[in-house]
Amino acid sequence: MIVAQGVTKSYGETLVVDRVSLRLPRNGITSIIGPNGAGKSTFLSMVSRLLAMDAGTVTVDGLDVTKGRTDELAKRLSILRQDNHIVARLTVSDLVSFGRYPHSKGRLTLEDRQHIERAISYLGLEDLADRFLDELSGGQRQRAFVAMVLCQDTDYVLLDEPLNNLDMKHAVGMMKLLRRAADELDKTVVLVLHDINFASVYSDHIVCMQEGRVVHQGPPVDVITPSVMREVYGLDIAVHVIGGQLISIYYR
Amino acid sequence: MAEDTVTTRVRALLPGSGPRLAPLGPRAVIAILAVLAVLAIIGFMTIGAQGSWSFILPFRGAKVWSMVLVGYAIALSTVMFQTATANRILTPSIMGFDTLYALIQTTFVFFLGGLSYATFDPQLRFVLETGAMVGFALLLFRWLFSGAVRSLHLLVLAGIVLGVFFRSLSGLMQRLIDPNEFAVLQDALFASFNTVDGTLLAVSSAAVLVASVVALRLFPSLDVLSLGREQAINLGVDHKRLVTTVLGIVAVLVSVSTALVGPVTFLGLLVSNLAYMVIRSHRHAYVVPAAALIAIICLVGGQVILERVFGFNSALSIIIDFLGGIMFLFLLLRSSKR
Repeated sequence: MIVAQGVTKSYGETLVVDRVSLRLPRNGITSIIGPNGAGKSTFLSMVSRLLAMDAGTVTVDGLDVTKGRTDELAKRLSILRQDNHIVARLTVSDLVSFGRYPHSKGRLTLEDRQHIERAISYLGLEDLADRFLDELSGGQRQRAFVAMVLCQDTDYVLLDEPLNNLDMKHAVGMMKLLRRAADELDKTVVLVLHDINFASVYSDHIVCMQEGRVVHQGPPVDVITPSVMREVYGLDIAVHVIGGQLISIYYR
Repeated sequence: MAEDTVTTRVRALLPGSGPRLAPLGPRAVIAILAVLAVLAIIGFMTIGAQGSWSFILPFRGAKVWSMVLVGYAIALSTVMFQTATANRILTPSIMGFDTLYALIQTTFVFFLGGLSYATFDPQLRFVLETGAMVGFALLLFRWLFSGAVRSLHLLVLAGIVLGVFFRSLSGLMQRLIDPNEFAVLQDALFASFNTVDGTLLAVSSAAVLVASVVALRLFPSLDVLSLGREQAINLGVDHKRLVTTVLGIVAVLVSVSTALVGPVTFLGLLVSNLAYMVIRSHRHAYVVPAAALIAIICLVGGQVILERVFGFNSALSIIIDFLGGIMFLFLLLRSSKR
């Protein structure tokens, strides 16, 4: 379980994350939604120790993310942010191999190689394994990074807007894959999503943030409601049940 | 590491074999570079040799050794620095590391006086100066590269400002001291590849050896660091500590090269970027040896050609800085286009 207590971050005078206390349950998919500037990505960055917090604590299965050993944490929790620009020239399989670094510190064992192969085939990247990253499309590169994170084989996988740059087909493919990873590989997936329909359809748990605070949380039925959406996004959003799923209509 | 087949290697040597020329494996490239470096060293030792070998070999050997040491120190420090700062345009020299070292030397003369500086044990002096260098470099540069400043152009600007600041400060002190003491200082500051200080060679070699042993153990984590700060932290690298260690090693290596031959501003940029071009791998275990060998080829080979073939004297650093400067402008323009 990831436990955040009183997590706070401000840039100058602006309070971006305001005393967020949250328990993210083990297993399943948790999505964090909310308008731009709600502090979702900032919160995720602090949970994954990429960003120092001004106050508060975060523990992952009891390990404090700021005080604990960072190499130990890398075996429990992985994070993927939106833009990953890499200066070095790497092939897809080079990149995926880096996912084993927390376990083998650069000396790949036979077991590591099996993990790498499995991650590459899980993302359907076999044909691209020897291609350089700068020769790939945005969506392919995104999949390569997700393969690296899966190869890291952590219980917790944190993804900041993983559907950016992806077309409908690949977005659906990515969400299905994360669902499979949660169900088959027993991963706990935490996502920041902008598309509330993807959040509604694929998540077990939704956390709704607004102005640096958690305003609602719970299973999709409790969160994806016209009243919550109106409060958070300031829009009149109709929520329909289509094929047993809650779909919000917000286009006009 | 999969070895390339003979056919792909042969095809790589033919012109027009596609946009990816020379897909030679990194080991093959390093082997070729090593052969060229050895040829350059043999050329330097033998071409135009007159008189007794028992004099020529130690005399020229010391020169070659200092060039090898300087080339290696500059290559290793530049590649590590560029990995730690996640860019391929800035180098320790461009950020003002060697002008900082010159400032420290000047400060020593200023406060000790020229006579006691000149009679000071050069090895102890080197150790003291290097220690001061490491301390100040960490103090000044750590905050710049801890991720606080993200814009490359702002960093370039900061480097230029720091460089000018250090140089002006040394200039001020040089004007304040006695002209005789200035002569002592000039001897230390404006050394070239021709006038190598033999007494410093042993202690510099030791410093480079220690720095290399520490650096070698960091190579796997440096490979991870080349993915950028966030990925490195995700993979369990203690980013702040690693960057601090790298800056410390870089400060030692810059001290060595500046103490031996004085500042060569753009050599590091030239050799690191040539190494990235010819080595098609991200691994420091390949990139660093290639960069070091290219540096040795540039220094020793360039010296052979200039000194023995054309008969020029001590113009090598000017030519290297000219070529490296063009490379710097090219890289800077290319990066702003993106």
